[in-house]
Amino acid sequence: MYEKHIMICGATGCLSSGSTKVSEALIEELEKHGIKDKYRLVMSGCPGFCEVGPIIVIYPDEVFYCRLKPKDMAELVENHLVGGEIVERLLYKGPDVEAPARFYDTIPFYAKQKFNVLRNSGVIDPESIDEYIMRGGYRALSRAMEMEPQAICDEVKDAGLRGRGGAGFPTGVKWGFTNKAPGPKKYIVCNADEGDPGAFMDRSILEGDPHAILEGMLIAGRACGADEGYIYCRAEYPLAIDRLKKAIEQAKEYALLGDNILGYDFNFKMNIKEGAGAFVCGEETALLASIEGKRGMPRPRPPFPAQVGVFGKPTTINNVETLANIPLIVKEGGAAEYVKVGTEGSKGTKVFALAGKVRNTGLCEVPMGITIEEVIYDVGGGIKGGREFKAVQAGGPSGGCIPADLLDLPIDYDSLTKAGAIMGSGGLVVMDDRTCMVDLARYFLSFTQKESCGKCTPCREGTKRMLEILDRIAEGEGIPEDLETLDNLAHNIKDSALCGLGQTCPNPVLSTIRYFRHEYEEHINENFCRSGICKPLFNYKIDAENCTGCTACARACAVDAIKGEKKEPHEIDQELCTRCGSCIDKCRQDCIMITRVGSEADVSN
Amino acid sequence: MSSEAEVADINQDIDLSQVDSIVEPYLGKKEMLIPVMQKVQEHFGYLPRPAMEHVARRMRIPLSRLYGVTTFYAQFKMKPRGRYIIRVCKGTACHISGSPKIAERIEEILGIPGGETTDDLKFTLEEVACIGACALAPVIMINDNPHGRLTPDKMKEILDSYE
Repeated sequence: MYEKHIMICGATGCLSSGSTKVSEALIEELEKHGIKDKYRLVMSGCPGFCEVGPIIVIYPDEVFYCRLKPKDMAELVENHLVGGEIVERLLYKGPDVEAPARFYDTIPFYAKQKFNVLRNSGVIDPESIDEYIMRGGYRALSRAMEMEPQAICDEVKDAGLRGRGGAGFPTGVKWGFTNKAPGPKKYIVCNADEGDPGAFMDRSILEGDPHAILEGMLIAGRACGADEGYIYCRAEYPLAIDRLKKAIEQAKEYALLGDNILGYDFNFKMNIKEGAGAFVCGEETALLASIEGKRGMPRPRPPFPAQVGVFGKPTTINNVETLANIPLIVKEGGAAEYVKVGTEGSKGTKVFALAGKVRNTGLCEVPMGITIEEVIYDVGGGIKGGREFKAVQAGGPSGGCIPADLLDLPIDYDSLTKAGAIMGSGGLVVMDDRTCMVDLARYFLSFTQKESCGKCTPCREGTKRMLEILDRIAEGEGIPEDLETLDNLAHNIKDSALCGLGQTCPNPVLSTIRYFRHEYEEHINENFCRSGICKPLFNYKIDAENCTGCTACARACAVDAIKGEKKEPHEIDQELCTRCGSCIDKCRQDCIMITRVGSEADVSN
Repeated sequence: MSSEAEVADINQDIDLSQVDSIVEPYLGKKEMLIPVMQKVQEHFGYLPRPAMEHVARRMRIPLSRLYGVTTFYAQFKMKPRGRYIIRVCKGTACHISGSPKIAERIEEILGIPGGETTDDLKFTLEEVACIGACALAPVIMINDNPHGRLTPDKMKEILDSYE
């Protein structure tokens, strides 16, 4: 028997901030006290709050320690584990709490969250099937075995589950198509090719709760009459692949995979396919081609994969997060519980990857229908560095931005689409006044242009022309007709591209023009980038009144463009300045300003 | 030119029996081409042309199709790569937190543009769509080590720490 369970976050975010070293230091300290055997150490899945990583949660005390360093471990072991005193110094502190917060319910980041999909992530050992089962795992599968396949499809449909990969198609309906398709051989495919830059919820689910995906796929297999599954996962997620492989081995041992599962006349074989780095493979027909060992290029639909899928057989393709919802719905009484959360058209929760200029970056799961404001200000803790909120980009390269005056927009499939964004896979990138919307549109388009598979002309050529125009605007060479041309091209691509990715790739351009037209016009007509991003379109200037002459900026400047005596106001030589922005990060007085190119000469002379 | 000469030299040393043992379990399974090429690349660090030709012959796949597949996916490299692979994250969060400036600074220090390898085969500079460590933006990975919350002035020291 263990006295306590110590969960160390072993997900990519915390690993990047050094959780391995923390864990080593912890083990060393425990050994020093000779008490290592009394505690169970688990490299757990992601508790979501990447901003304050590395994180350790101690159960049953329910204490959440964060921002840990290896040297903190001596104190943690001595005071908490040996002495029984909570180490207040290592608890969560922030401007949003009065006193150091001890556990999930007192940390504002978690207060508005609702854990469905992330129910086990960070709570169980992701490499232990027993812990998954103890938390009610595989119970839904055994119930599904007693049900008619069509009844399972109907139950999922009635629960209102919609695909979490982007388009939001009702999952139960999709299953019904495959179930009704003729033929003895059918497949279930899990789309874990999370290529949307700025989204990492699928990875966290795979790393934190791999058995939930297996269970979801098995239930889908039962409902669709399939006996083989593929998990198509990005090669960039080695930890996720590793955990899936372990989970599959364990499930085989427990007779949850293989022949006669749970003693029923139901067989299922599970395969993992590693992607090889192509964004377009997130599109379902491209993904199927890639599984078959071909170039991952989409094909026209119909026929839909439910009729003609992998190796020409009927196939259901579901996203990771969608599948993680399945066990919750299909378990005894699950569906009735499930529909209580969410809105009329969007049931359940959605996991978002909160990133960018927001204070609390990380992963959060919120009920559908919550407003953007609640997510950014209550969960996210507001804008970093106290700057001004400008917009949030939802849905990645297929999505759009939502400006400040739509902060009260509820997050559900239909409201987001109406606002010109999409739910997408769930990336929410927050932007402040130092983000240029022209540059953002250009960034997304250069991504989709690079990732365009080249099969259809609108996407291959159209995105290239749009990108050329945006490049010109960012270089200060824009002409007034550009906006109309962009709009024209965008609508043509939307109407005529072959696949979903091509059809949605103009969205970032359209939505930034819709909400930030004045920024485009400022770039084109006034040669000015107010955010200080498009280099030819602004100057830096030191505010002489506030400059204390601390020389921090001058020392940071790689090209010696900043001149001035110590304790005297400094000046920037515009001829030498490369606008790299190093000085602005160093200035403690916040006195380096962004000015128009023309006006700068007047001021400095 | 020098890098081409290097490629030729390295190619001469290719041990095709290694390729054989990789291909063997997958003969007759054309759908396994991508995993096979991933294993070949894992072995050599890149895809040498003789190895590609050999795989095509053994798996009975036209070389043109195999070439089509390997050039389609970003993961496959046709040129030898450095001992240290630097992957600059180009995800959205990293972009707006200044990853272009990080990339610029690395290019400046190493004297190579993105996608290239230094002459001494020490560093290869690449871009990656998203590492998924958005909370630590901007992030780079050097081999398997992530470095987060970067600023351009930290880059020299980080690169110097790799021998």
